[in-house]
Amino acid sequence: MALPSLTLLGQSLLSGIFIGALYGLLGLGLSLSWGMLRQINLAHFALAFLGAYLTYQLAGAGMDPLATLAVIVPCFFALGALMHWLLARFSVSAFNSLLVTFGLTAIIEALIQWIWTADFRRMESAYGEVKFRVGALYVALPELLTLAMALALSLAVWAWLRHTHTGKAMRAIAEDAPIAAAFGVNVRRLSLLLSGLSAAFAGVAGLALALSYTLAPGQIYAWLGVVFAAVMLGGLGNPLGPLVAGIVIGVSEALTMAFTTPAWAPLVSFSLLIVVLLARPGRI
Amino acid sequence: MPAANQSVRAVFGALLALALAAHPALAAPSGPPVRIGSTLALTGPLAATGLVHKIVGEIYVEQLNRKNGLLGRPVEWVLKDDQSRPDLARTLYEQLITVDKVDLIMGPYATANILSAMGVAQRYNKVLIHHTFGTPSLAKYEMQFPAGGLAGDPDNTIPRLVFDALAASAMPPKSVAVVTSKFPSVHFISLGAREAAKKRGLREVAFLEWDFGNRDFGPIAARLKDAKPDFVWVGGLGLEGNLLIDAMRKIDYMPPLHFHLFPAPGPLLKAPGGENALAATTFEEHPPFTDNPIAVEFIRLYHERGAKAGLPDTSVENQSAISFSSWQTLEAAVTGAKSIDDKAIAQWLRKNPVDAIVGRLRWDGPFNYIYGTDLYKVKQNQQGKWVVIWPKEFAASGAHLVTP
Repeated sequence: MALPSLTLLGQSLLSGIFIGALYGLLGLGLSLSWGMLRQINLAHFALAFLGAYLTYQLAGAGMDPLATLAVIVPCFFALGALMHWLLARFSVSAFNSLLVTFGLTAIIEALIQWIWTADFRRMESAYGEVKFRVGALYVALPELLTLAMALALSLAVWAWLRHTHTGKAMRAIAEDAPIAAAFGVNVRRLSLLLSGLSAAFAGVAGLALALSYTLAPGQIYAWLGVVFAAVMLGGLGNPLGPLVAGIVIGVSEALTMAFTTPAWAPLVSFSLLIVVLLARPGRI
Repeated sequence: MPAANQSVRAVFGALLALALAAHPALAAPSGPPVRIGSTLALTGPLAATGLVHKIVGEIYVEQLNRKNGLLGRPVEWVLKDDQSRPDLARTLYEQLITVDKVDLIMGPYATANILSAMGVAQRYNKVLIHHTFGTPSLAKYEMQFPAGGLAGDPDNTIPRLVFDALAASAMPPKSVAVVTSKFPSVHFISLGAREAAKKRGLREVAFLEWDFGNRDFGPIAARLKDAKPDFVWVGGLGLEGNLLIDAMRKIDYMPPLHFHLFPAPGPLLKAPGGENALAATTFEEHPPFTDNPIAVEFIRLYHERGAKAGLPDTSVENQSAISFSSWQTLEAAVTGAKSIDDKAIAQWLRKNPVDAIVGRLRWDGPFNYIYGTDLYKVKQNQQGKWVVIWPKEFAASGAHLVTP
């Protein structure tokens, strides 16, 4: 086996970091709702794609893709809060939330198909054409934006949970909701807040998808496996976990593709997951 | 004399009505409908192409009923959504035959679903005409009839066609990279491309395989940039070719020539970097394909319906053309056999070719496949339009392989 050139290695490394950032961005909301609210929200992927289609639509109407966040984020926040209110209203358990949100995914997929058809949609934007050269390596602006958004959101949520009263109360709810409530924490209000935030993060991930990918409703499911792996590897409810684990998976997949046959790349992410689960079964 | 005029008109009218009734081609269909059952991937990952086949089927059935239907009877198309799932396709075909009691069945879209439908057709001795079965070696049923123009050995015919086109160009490539999805119906054709390249003395500088559903094409693009091939064979399905092109553009690289086996033609046509991309096809919207008035009328209707259905690309190309040809095959077989009996239809198809818009279809080989020849051509994205460039007799006027 011939050794890959340094340029190939560097470019693959960058590619892995960028795709890992997207895994992390997609996994952030999922990890928070799963780890802190005990809701396994499969509809998170459908919301991300709905966000991507809305970005495509608004950008097509002349809006700057980044400016679409001003519309999408508040709408998705409200949608996420509403979803949580419904799940709480009917006391849906963690396992049942998996089934209910799977149903919601199918509904959102059908809605997307009804509005935009099943055909492929590609957002044309000035960002897509911009790339920077760093020595022999290239960095595309959409990927750089994805990394920046993933880093900013993950760090902001981490800081919020660690350094603010609301964040600490949120962690208390995740630890033991009845005890937290006994200490005066408004569990219902904070749960709605966190669900809204998780859905808003899906909307932001949608922007990242629309910037870099051609969209089709059926692709909602293509991200499920690897993002779940990133969320579980990163630790449920840990805001930095999905990003770190996503980058670890992305880089290991990219290096596998650079060194060996690219078909072996998926083996890496799931082998990593198995190793972590075996070595640290209490991780999730 | 108004009274005399009226009686002349009445006699003329009666004669015209009799003439219309006596001429089957002009009479309206009557009697119980001929019910044709099929499933299509109207939702799920294959839905983008499933929609194309739905529009084509609707156009064809409407046109049939505007003429005299099938054997003078109206045609009813019973269409169900298989959700892109082979297991569901199997159940639904079973249902179409046993519950809906359709007279005839038509194939679904894509290899796995067709294979499922084929099993059911075999169990009930039904003829199955289909258009998009990518692995002919798996079709072991005597009453299945492929109408997509693919040979029984596409791993031989398609690479030969592509490398012939390249060899006839002004600058034939000397090195090749074969990159391919491991999806069954494209993988074996890509392996055929490796063999063909080797036989022609082309130097293989890279052979890379990925799993279907791969999301990160960055490292594959970087390896291609490192290998510097003159020509890249992309054994991709749907959007995979676009993802690879995107990844190559991001690192400021495009190979001089790249061929895409079964791309999503609309997105590839519009993709930045898709200029000069090559692909396989059976039909494009230019002469000699449009010398056929049936094709011209179909193109007009498809543009109209496609726009109404919200398709971003309404041009007739491979998928829509092979779909139309499969309906032409069914109509010709029922008309030729003068029956809707499955055995009679199968017998007729084995003995008679059908002149469809994609060319002459025939089924006189093993398991109704023809070996060593097919109806495929090579097309190139030239200035935002797909044009056939090889074989020469099918090339658009003045079109030839453009090399950067």
